Amino acid sequence: MIVPAPLSVLIVDDEAPARSRMHDLLADCAADVPLVVTGEAANGRTALEEAGARPVDVVLLDVRMPEMDGIEVAQHLQRLEHPPAVIFTTAYDAYAIRAFEVHAIDYLLKPIRAARLKEALTRARSAARPKPEALRELQPGPRAFLSAQERGRVHLIPVGDVIYLKAELKYVTARTAMREYLIEESLARLEQEFPERFVRVHRNCLVARQAIRGFERSAESAEGQWEVVFKACPERIPVSRRQQHIVRELGRS
Amino acid sequence: MSASINHKTYASALPNFRNLGVLLRILVIVNVMAAGIAVSKSGSLTNVWHEVLEVSAVVQPVIMLSLVTLVLLNDVLRRAPYLWGASIVLALELVLVTALYVFGRPLFAMQADALEAYWLLTLLVTAALLLYFDLRGRALSPALSEARLQALQARIRPHFLFNSINAVLSLIRQDPKRAERALEDMADLFRALMADNRQLAPLAREVELCREYLNIEQLRLGERLRIEWHVDNLPQDALIPPLVLQPLLENAVYHGIEPRLEPGVVSINIYLARGEVHMVLRNPYEQEGDHHAGNKMALANIRERLALHFDAEASLTTNVSDSAYQVHIVVPYQKAGAA
Repeated sequence: MIVPAPLSVLIVDDEAPARSRMHDLLADCAADVPLVVTGEAANGRTALEEAGARPVDVVLLDVRMPEMDGIEVAQHLQRLEHPPAVIFTTAYDAYAIRAFEVHAIDYLLKPIRAARLKEALTRARSAARPKPEALRELQPGPRAFLSAQERGRVHLIPVGDVIYLKAELKYVTARTAMREYLIEESLARLEQEFPERFVRVHRNCLVARQAIRGFERSAESAEGQWEVVFKACPERIPVSRRQQHIVRELGRS
Repeated sequence: MSASINHKTYASALPNFRNLGVLLRILVIVNVMAAGIAVSKSGSLTNVWHEVLEVSAVVQPVIMLSLVTLVLLNDVLRRAPYLWGASIVLALELVLVTALYVFGRPLFAMQADALEAYWLLTLLVTAALLLYFDLRGRALSPALSEARLQALQARIRPHFLFNSINAVLSLIRQDPKRAERALEDMADLFRALMADNRQLAPLAREVELCREYLNIEQLRLGERLRIEWHVDNLPQDALIPPLVLQPLLENAVYHGIEPRLEPGVVSINIYLARGEVHMVLRNPYEQEGDHHAGNKMALANIRERLALHFDAEASLTTNVSDSAYQVHIVVPYQKAGAA
């Protein structure tokens, strides 16, 4: 008979007492569900670093956290090579709870009972990972970060740093002042999620409004096609004929 | 006290003539009536302005004298049984009109041989006003008992309740003493929330409640929550509607501190200036995020309760700057026992 390896668990909560309580509860469950707590994190960014450095089976994830809420963290976690199972924890959030029910996503209500936690952990190993579409639907507003997977780690790109997003075959390139990232998302969905931040200048390109310095006529093309000039990077992005109107709308400011 | 417990019966009472809102109401109503009389007296449109001036010349001195007298006699009038008080007000107005008629007729262009007409008009206007204030009192009386319900609606967020219970649970094994204190604070807080909150309460009590509330939040948030109290010149005995500051602090923590990674400061500044109590709360605030419906509801609720107790003499203003959110409440300095 093969004894399965103990379940590795990561605790994510912005409140220290809540993490300590979770530690106690997990210790209580350990007799029935062999497990090991690999670490804890007080915010989403640390959680992603932890999970990237040491793969875990289960992440106990608080919904309401500063900078990046639990639902966004769960979406970035799915970029990992071995995405962990996610069990959301929340004290009170009528909207999220209804949505969790609809999408059959596992959640625990604080204060959490050891018995409930044990059930959720037992289910976790075999449970299907939450579907990205379901998580995206749960997200109340646009995300704070985009994420790229690089060498097994998840790299977070603050949405505010992105200058433009360009679709290329299977990937989308996200350009920041420093460098480029390949992200696995569709341009159409990004346009939908961030309508205020990005504007489409071309069939395959979204541009951050606040990154635009101005527009210039291209020196190469004979028809004098418009190009977007940026504040923080030397590349230029052509404006398609169909989107010419944005030159007038944004060029003034 | 007994009147407030049995809130189905309403005891008629004269309005507080020292309240700015009451004075303004009297002024506006009497002047509108006077204008009405002037319009009805003038045969043609061209005459209206002339008549308004003429009527006004009589009405303004009467009303000014009346208001001064009422403000001076406010305590005596309000202490007397309602019917007595109302009769005294009526008599007072008659005396004032007579006095003006006798001594100031040439000055104010009053018509000769019209004293009876003036008396009748005075009686009608005064009675109408008394009736108006009585009706208004009756209309607002259920509202006053509802103030309690509203105070409950401004209640602690479930989010706070469950997170605090969770925090206390985490302490029970490691720091039982601290868990005990936290439960005591929570008990006090909920006792205050479930109390009859229709009556004004001393400011010192509200501040104590705020301290208990912040103790619990501190337990949860630790270093992230920093609190600055500036209450050295706090007028301890000032009366305010209960649960005015605590819900605002809860907003400050929920919208100002919890969404931040870095620690933030909530400051509470209470002082007395020119017979008014000022309460200023500040918290850090980032423009992003759209969770503002809850905050607006709490503010509307507190504004309503301030108006119910102090009419136009209390105010609540909010101020958003780049990085801070500030609520400034001003209420008249009303001492305990002198209501």
